[in-house]
Amino acid sequence: MTRTLMEGSEAIATAAVAAGCRFFAGYPMTPFTEVLENFGKRLPAVGGVCINAESEIEAIGMTWGALATGARAATGSTGQGLALMQESLSEITRAELPLVVFHMARGQGDYYQATRGGGHGDYRHIVYAPIDVREAVELTELAFDRADHWRNPVQIYGDYLLAHTSEGVEFTADPFVPVAKDWAVDGSLGGSGRSRNINPIGMQKGSKSIDPESFWKRLQVKHDQIEASEARFESESTEDAELLVVAFGSVARFVRHVVRELRSEGRKVGYARPISLWPFPAEALAAAARGTQRVAVLEQNAGQMIDDVRLSVLGSVPVVGIGGISSDSAGFGMGPLLDTRVIRGRIESALENLEVST
Amino acid sequence: MSSDRLDVLDTHGRPTRVSTRVGEFEPKLLLDGEHDLCPGCGEPVAIRLLLEVIEELGYAQDSIGVIGIGCYTAFTGLIDVDLIQALHGRAPSVATGAKRMRPDKLLFTLQGDGDMVNEGLQEVIHTAARGESVTCVLLNNGVFGETGGHMTATTALGQRTKTSLEGRDADYHGYPIPIAELLVPLGGVSYVARGSVADAKSVVRTKAMLRKAFEAQIAGEGFSLVEILTMCPTGWFIPTADGPGYLDEVLGEVHAAGELVVGGKPVGKGASG
Repeated sequence: MTRTLMEGSEAIATAAVAAGCRFFAGYPMTPFTEVLENFGKRLPAVGGVCINAESEIEAIGMTWGALATGARAATGSTGQGLALMQESLSEITRAELPLVVFHMARGQGDYYQATRGGGHGDYRHIVYAPIDVREAVELTELAFDRADHWRNPVQIYGDYLLAHTSEGVEFTADPFVPVAKDWAVDGSLGGSGRSRNINPIGMQKGSKSIDPESFWKRLQVKHDQIEASEARFESESTEDAELLVVAFGSVARFVRHVVRELRSEGRKVGYARPISLWPFPAEALAAAARGTQRVAVLEQNAGQMIDDVRLSVLGSVPVVGIGGISSDSAGFGMGPLLDTRVIRGRIESALENLEVST
Repeated sequence: MSSDRLDVLDTHGRPTRVSTRVGEFEPKLLLDGEHDLCPGCGEPVAIRLLLEVIEELGYAQDSIGVIGIGCYTAFTGLIDVDLIQALHGRAPSVATGAKRMRPDKLLFTLQGDGDMVNEGLQEVIHTAARGESVTCVLLNNGVFGETGGHMTATTALGQRTKTSLEGRDADYHGYPIPIAELLVPLGGVSYVARGSVADAKSVVRTKAMLRKAFEAQIAGEGFSLVEILTMCPTGWFIPTADGPGYLDEVLGEVHAAGELVVGGKPVGKGASG
């Protein structure tokens, strides 16, 4: 396998098609647009379909139909577009369809939307936040696999930087072998008394009524199982760290670089990154924070992931936010915070505050 | 077509005698014919026609239905066809995705007027304009039946509902949307017709419309829609037996029965040329 220089959006679409994705529907919106463009280029060549839908609401509806037939299928947008999709994002989880969502956000202000969801009812999506294009390729392959395994949506949560940075990538995944899906509708069981019903409200064939409580509780059991088994986490230099800096996604790439730099200069700082935002790697993060004097969360928003960090360390160590809202003039989230000098300054201040307070 | 001739009761007017079973009404593609919808409801009749046509065309084991949200949703547990339950208004998009992945299957949606013409108007228009090879079936009774009789986009002027208590007033509530007519000028549309289940003759005509719509899909001619006016005496706040008469006089006045597009060409009243 050779490495190819590819922009994030193209790499994601290429990885998805290699993973067997044969249907995509979306609506253009910066910085997600190029993901849609690349699916539009790649899917027809493999007998797939990409539809430029009339809105995000119809895009996810079309994807719902494709998924119900057993195809690997995906949609995506920015946080704004995903806001329009929330009703379907919630109900498609109850229909237990293996949806993959490519969320190219404007900055990191959609952490709550991605991890809590804006939809109704009790539901959960697995959310992966790649640090770079190479990891986005791996997580895209994993997303389709996990979605099928759990019959639950998986979101790839990236941003402008991820979608538009070119990096050398390799596509090493094994050739996709279609997964048998006995639950999918292919029309073949009509009139047999065993016809299927892909249904988000728990209506069973042969029944005239639903039982929402037992249906929702069954899904809760599944989400508990996902939470217990699917957390992903990365950390460095935590053993003797006095300060642990936590970040996710593209921002974590700057943080990791700065922490390595500071470490080489002998500063006792560590780095931790949730790769999965849900399930949040609470146990691993708590272990990494053990022995530190302070945990600093550097996220490009007003403070959202910090809630999950606090819930992970449960008061065992003080948690402070050292990131903040940062944007370019168009609102695409390419703000002045995305600069190793700025981030180094924030982390150095946190280290100095540590010395002052101890 | 003799196969379309049904032996059904004349439902115009009040019954003159005790009803007796005069025929086998239960289509084969139904797990259980006993339903919980209101007496006098027209939806079970329309669903029966739909299922009979699918079976008669030989597509019982090659059909996928996408069901909207309304009273008819109660049938999703009873219809013996592979189904996808869609959200309110979203069935045409879901059918689009399914058809694109299973182009050899017969794809139909089943939606009410609230579902298709209120919440999902954009969906059905774009699906039609894309020439999507699916058949949308609209059960139009001019009210939100399931919520208890509220105004929809197809409610006739003057029609009383719980949200138009003095009758729908154009100045205050706006005008009803004739969805079938709205689709006529669009490219991609192969067959559009509006039928009714108010009486035996209409039932036979409507069944023929459903057959033509599906035949258009099978022939790969593009999008097809059959709108079926159905009785909702509960949501119309009238005696059960008055349903068919009210349908003709109120809804039928705004939404006239007949074929509008055949073979991709506008036909009938209002067709140019």
